[in-house]
Amino acid sequence: MTNRASRLASLAFGAIVVIAGCTSPGATTGPTTGGQASGPPASGGMSQPQVPSGNVTLSGAGATFPALLYQVWIEKFGEAHSNVTVDYQAIGSGGGIKAITQQTVDFGASDAAMKDEEIAALPAGTKILHVPTALGAVVVIFNLAGADGSAIKKLNLDGDTIAGVFLGKITTWNDPAIAALNADVASNLPATPIKVIHRSDGSGTTNAFTTYLATVSSEWKDSVGAGKEVNWPTGDGAPGNDGVSGGVKTADGRIGYVELQYAVVSGLSSAAVKNANGKFVAGSSAGVTAAAEGAVDAFPDDFRAAPIINGPGDDTYPIAAYTYLLLYQDQTDATKGQALTAFLHWALTDGQSEEKAIGYAPLPAPIQQKALEELHRITTGGSPIWPM
Amino acid sequence: MTSATVTAAARFGRAASRVPDVVFRSGSGVLAWVAVGILGLLAALLVANSGQALAKFGISFLTGTTWDPIAGIYGALPFIIGTIASSFIAIVLATPIGLLTAIFLAELAPRRVAIPLTFTIELLAAIPSVVFGLWGVFVLGPFLSRTVEAWVVDTLGWIPIFAGPPFGVGLFTAGVILTLMILPTIVAISRDMITAVPDSQREAMLALGATRWEMITNAVLPYARSGIIGAVILGLGRALGETMAVTMVIGNRPQIPQSIFDSSQTIASQIATTFNEASIGLQTSALISLGLVLLVITMTLNVIARLLVWRVAGPQGTS
Repeated sequence: MTNRASRLASLAFGAIVVIAGCTSPGATTGPTTGGQASGPPASGGMSQPQVPSGNVTLSGAGATFPALLYQVWIEKFGEAHSNVTVDYQAIGSGGGIKAITQQTVDFGASDAAMKDEEIAALPAGTKILHVPTALGAVVVIFNLAGADGSAIKKLNLDGDTIAGVFLGKITTWNDPAIAALNADVASNLPATPIKVIHRSDGSGTTNAFTTYLATVSSEWKDSVGAGKEVNWPTGDGAPGNDGVSGGVKTADGRIGYVELQYAVVSGLSSAAVKNANGKFVAGSSAGVTAAAEGAVDAFPDDFRAAPIINGPGDDTYPIAAYTYLLLYQDQTDATKGQALTAFLHWALTDGQSEEKAIGYAPLPAPIQQKALEELHRITTGGSPIWPM
Repeated sequence: MTSATVTAAARFGRAASRVPDVVFRSGSGVLAWVAVGILGLLAALLVANSGQALAKFGISFLTGTTWDPIAGIYGALPFIIGTIASSFIAIVLATPIGLLTAIFLAELAPRRVAIPLTFTIELLAAIPSVVFGLWGVFVLGPFLSRTVEAWVVDTLGWIPIFAGPPFGVGLFTAGVILTLMILPTIVAISRDMITAVPDSQREAMLALGATRWEMITNAVLPYARSGIIGAVILGLGRALGETMAVTMVIGNRPQIPQSIFDSSQTIASQIATTFNEASIGLQTSALISLGLVLLVITMTLNVIARLLVWRVAGPQGTS
């Protein structure tokens, strides 16, 4: 209940930011090609995709993690272009992939890129573009009273230790492996048993978290693996980010993982995680953008499997993931294609400045450029909607 | 028939027509068959879409204990046991409580107590299951783990199925939540059945010098027996299929529970929580197979219940 209330509050806050953004055009950052949508198109310089003049309704469905961001985007874009209605249903990443495979939506959304077998399941001749829109971090939350009774707020963990806990091998909070990383509170670590809370539903959050564990622990990789839903060696399942943070909150000695925003909302402490450079970094949108910047060179051409797990850089937070919009490369309806391209162009330029205020990490500039270039590949009837 | 038509025509002051009769009979007949048709379509859909998983695992789908989407191994046994065990706990708790409540409301309580009490109990059925679930997570679970579960573990913990540790999350908490959810069904129907027992039965018993207790156990309950069994079966049906409240308190752990305080997982909860994100292909097919298993379990129980009612009350007995 509280989570819902604060989410509504942050939505309202986002809306205020949106309105404030409207009144001061100079305040928008990022490339200027986005322009003020109601004004005349920029003459000269890089062109921008035109919004069609008739009424258009775009429907999309998918990931729950970016739903709040997409809602704010849709609201703000709708203020400038009242003839374009965008409808987004947060049904989960897998649902988004299913919907775009069955062609029931105009665009899909997923926290995990489509796997090869999912691409193989598409109707013949269909090509899907992955466009990254935002970044999220997964943080390890815990609820722990120290041996002296006071709550422990700060904890350092590394990949091996987190894997050990979630494998069920590290079973008490005063385990030497945890104590070695936390010299300052080692004497206060209690003998409380560790109880793991994980997601019971399939989730992009689980995908990012288990991909991290599989990257840093070969034992995890061999015995459990990575994916949206895994066979957990220990612990209880709870549905949704809300469910996990609620489950961790209700009893002492519990540990779980959630999207960064939910840790902030629930007021639970999250662990600083040791990154590839050996530094302990707390989860934050800055740490995630640092991770993405550190991994720009390794960004693959088809945008899938962007490796920002355990990336290089001193400030990098190691458990981060892109969230994607999934589009048909060839748009059968020219008007819809035009509207979709214009919406995405706006989202990738002006829309990026909305992200931080509501807890998302904006795309680093080079990835933003790559994503914009990807929009040039959208076609209708074989010819590009937004030519280079 | 003729005299009834004449009376109706006389009362409404117009000529009798057979048209409303025909329309009503065919219309309601079609609707009745639509329900059967939908059940048929549902079963056909489940069978068609579960083919991939059932073909791959065969009977081992029912006996397998591993559910691993990464490795592509799907076994349904932990879910089947979780579903039956949580519903069984609910029925064991709800049947005596519900029956005693119904007897009190129908036979013992004065009207000014019975009416508001009945209304309140029936109101329980109107509470959304997600609210029960939230209450289970934040209030009932922690309360049970401190009180009932702690006591049972201390006194009966040497019996394996009552062994601890009690976390307040698991089969037992799910069973208690389900008890509360099916109680209104059992109470309402049992009460109606008891009220419907003809007064001549009671009077005959009392005339023989019976006490109230003897009247209820010897005259009222035997007469209402088949209806009460039907009420319990309806409650069981709801417990088997309940999803949201269960998923929030059962721990969602697909293991074979050793104790009633262990975390577990039910079929309905597993389908509801993982279907959206399930990958197309084997995993989706395995989840649909789970749905088919649940349908078979519910139908089997309904058939058993029907046979039970017939045995108790003869073929004309209704639930």
